[in-house]
Amino acid sequence: MSLSIVPGLTHHLVLGAALFAIAIVGIFLNRRNVIIILMAIELMLLAVNLNFIAFSHHLGDMAGQVFVFFILTVAAAESAIGLAILVLLFRNVGSIDVEELSKLKG
Amino acid sequence: MSFESAIFYVFAALLVFAALAVITTRNPVHAALWLVLAFFSASALWLLLSAEFLAIVLVLVYVGAVMVLFLFVVMMLDVNFDALRKHFRSYLPVGATVGLLVLFEMSLLLVNATRASGAAAPAGSEANTRALGRLLYVEYVYPFEIAAVVLLVAIVAAIALTHRHRRETRYQDPAEQVKVKRADRVRIVEMAPEKRES
Repeated sequence: MSLSIVPGLTHHLVLGAALFAIAIVGIFLNRRNVIIILMAIELMLLAVNLNFIAFSHHLGDMAGQVFVFFILTVAAAESAIGLAILVLLFRNVGSIDVEELSKLKG
Repeated sequence: MSFESAIFYVFAALLVFAALAVITTRNPVHAALWLVLAFFSASALWLLLSAEFLAIVLVLVYVGAVMVLFLFVVMMLDVNFDALRKHFRSYLPVGATVGLLVLFEMSLLLVNATRASGAAAPAGSEANTRALGRLLYVEYVYPFEIAAVVLLVAIVAAIALTHRHRRETRYQDPAEQVKVKRADRVRIVEMAPEKRES
């Protein structure tokens, strides 16, 4: 990867890939803490959005930005419901440890 | 290195650093604040890509609403976070291996594939917000409506999940209030008048 004068598409895509990989490592490292897992999912969505906007800019097509808009909407809904479930879980189980959430196990 | 390129590298470094801090910090409140920094850096990068509307939406919606929600929940729950980090180090080898593998595969794909696509962006004659609004309200109007429904469902679900019916709280029941008759409230008592003693 050469250092071009203006950061090109590859720069942004590599940055998005790095962000996505960091989020995956975060899920592995904090696999007991549901809150950090939700934050790592937000990071993943941010990486995906970064890719969308980079492609939209470099291909000159606005449809990518429309998709980012919808992804932001769905991500906001996802985090709101996820946190509501988390609060409910803490109220009923008294913990947010993933290892202790085995009530549905047959 | 041009000014634009310098800005890109500064904010990209900031973004990666903040993301690493999010997944490694001990305190979830700090993790949420690092995530705020990550969103701000990403917003600056989006500005650089001339996506002004989405950059501002990212700051307003994510930093302003979603991260505040995260902070609320983290502070509301009384969780022993140190106990959750007990096996942090034992998960590190597997996590680092998978992460590096993913990064390696993606980079391999990128270096081989995107060398050809060097299409420069056409100079936008229209402001970004205006163009996006035209696209959203004309071409993508049905998906836009569905997005509104998704948000409505999220509101209803979040309230329905976390709403608690307290037994000690007194509620009004308008139906009962309307249905009441005079006989339920007033009792007419017939009493003989007392005789005056003289």
